[in-house]
Amino acid sequence: MYELIVIGGGPAGLAAACAAWDSGLRSILIVERDRELGGILNQCIHNGFGLTYFKEELTGPEYAHRFVELLSKTGVEVRTDTMVLEVTPDRKVHMTGPETGYVVEEAKSIILAMGCRERTRGAIAIPGSRPAGIFTAGAAQRYVNVEGYMPGKRVVILGSGDIGLIMARRMTLEGAKVLACVEVMPYSGGLTRNIVQCLEDYDIPLYLSHTVTDIKGRDRVEQVVVSRVDERRRPIPGTEMVFDCDTLLLSVGLIPENELTSGAGILLDPRTKGAVVYENMETSVPGVFACGNVAHVHDLVDFVTQESQRAGAAAAKYVLNGPAGGETIDVINGSGVSYTVPQRIRPENVEKTAGIFFRVNRIFGKSRIVVSNREGEVAGFNRERLAPGEMERIALPAKLLENVKGELTVAIQEVE
Amino acid sequence: MRELVCIVCPRGCHMKADEELNVTGNACPRGAQYARAELTHPTRVVTSTVRITGAPYTRLPVKTSAPVPKEFIESVMAELCKVTAAAPVHVGDVIIKNILSTGADVVATRELVAK
Ligand SMILES: Cc1cc2nc3c(=O)[nH]c(=O)nc-3n(C[C@H](O)[C@H](O)[C@H](O)COP(=O)(O)OP(=O)(O)OC[C@H]3O[C@@H](n4cnc5c(N)ncnc54)[C@H](O)[C@@H]3O)c2cc1C
Ligand code: SF4
Repeated sequence: MYELIVIGGGPAGLAAACAAWDSGLRSILIVERDRELGGILNQCIHNGFGLTYFKEELTGPEYAHRFVELLSKTGVEVRTDTMVLEVTPDRKVHMTGPETGYVVEEAKSIILAMGCRERTRGAIAIPGSRPAGIFTAGAAQRYVNVEGYMPGKRVVILGSGDIGLIMARRMTLEGAKVLACVEVMPYSGGLTRNIVQCLEDYDIPLYLSHTVTDIKGRDRVEQVVVSRVDERRRPIPGTEMVFDCDTLLLSVGLIPENELTSGAGILLDPRTKGAVVYENMETSVPGVFACGNVAHVHDLVDFVTQESQRAGAAAAKYVLNGPAGGETIDVINGSGVSYTVPQRIRPENVEKTAGIFFRVNRIFGKSRIVVSNREGEVAGFNRERLAPGEMERIALPAKLLENVKGELTVAIQEVE
Repeated sequence: MRELVCIVCPRGCHMKADEELNVTGNACPRGAQYARAELTHPTRVVTSTVRITGAPYTRLPVKTSAPVPKEFIESVMAELCKVTAAAPVHVGDVIIKNILSTGADVVATRELVAK
């Protein structure tokens, strides 16, 4: 019986395991299906990681390496090349690997850190034929950066999420011609800094409020048709542009990988598509925690690290001191807010502050983030600008939560 | 007056700079520094990969140890095509010293053990 089993050895799993070790647990197992630890970071070779956490600009593999080094100074056990197949509510973890075969390990606590996967073409249903040359941006990233294959020479990118933007620059540097980045929404889904340094630096046009309406080609992609869309995201006839290209990259969003989570009977939030979590990242099943991209899709690994350290420390507390208790406050999404994490707060467990991550559902100018209960405003935070592509974070002091009962609403009020 | 977005950190401040390079809108001094450099002589850290032999994978990720002038990016990429690293490689190992006399080294960003 382990004190803690961590599923997934990406930045979330690594930070959680290290924090649990530092908080006193001594029998910890990380299970990772890939050959190496580090998760998605190993293929994100660009820089921009760690500015908040390490105050340095690191590349993805360097950031992962820092945590692998920290981990090697602990006694945490690691099984790579091992896939978790099932988690049960009584905390049994079914896994299979080349050395152990199929085994079931028991744990006093579990941290889910499986990350997310990319939405594929099927998930967004583009019309047209089914030729070769259509990749998710993340798959293309792995081909180029790890395996050393170029997916194509003339490229159109659908979706302006960060992975798509990063790959626009990457493919250009490697000699491909990126003809366009096409985004159905009137704003980009990626970080502004990536629009600047990945598209504008290389004169790659960004078509907002446009989408791919046809893919032509029999064996290989030959043309992609792009049309403008109206406010309701319907293509407008007569606005078609045709691009001669051999490759279409899809950067149309990420979905938390939650088969194991739902299999364990854990409550999921349809908005985050991850588990509903408490202030300490505990799920609806006591002793089971979730953190990183499996809980909600993050744009910055620094926040993944912070959140996962919280989960790791909480798992240790659960094992050493017993279950967390107390009254629960539900965090409600007010106007302008599309989700919050955590969804529930137990003030008794909040030490100094309760951090709330959230995303807004459109672009806001100068705004005030208002946290209120039935009696009125509890706290307010000013922001110059809010965008759906950039996750926001507020911190509520423990003192403030003491008198709150039942629920808290987070809403956005635009000032101008 | 020029408008620009700071790319130093993910906050992405929207900044304005006048002809005398007075910067506003930056939330921290690094933004002003970036804006002045961007308007006078823009630089970037280049991240890419080089060929590697004897490792479990065929590409080794690398970066320039310091930002290089933007107009050098293409020639840095050409230089990277010419080298092949051999496993084992450690994070920080110098792959090309003082590339194109820019003062920046090309360094490995990933550990790759010998197969
Ligand atoms: C292309 C791209 C670019 C990015 N750019 C930046 C950036 O510039 N700056 C920044 O700060 N952040 C960036 N991010 C975000 C950051 O990298 C992620 O938020 C972070 O890696 C998420 O960490 P994670 O541990 O939750 O997930 P992951 O890194 O995905 O790790 C999950 C791990 O779980 C393993 N796993 C899954 N299921 C199982 C199972 N059943 N059994 C065993 N193991 C399993 C997986 O193999 C994987 O190793 C980027 C992300 C992507 C995808
Ligand atoms: S000005 Fe400072 S805070 Fe704003 S984006 Fe630049 S580095 Fe970040």
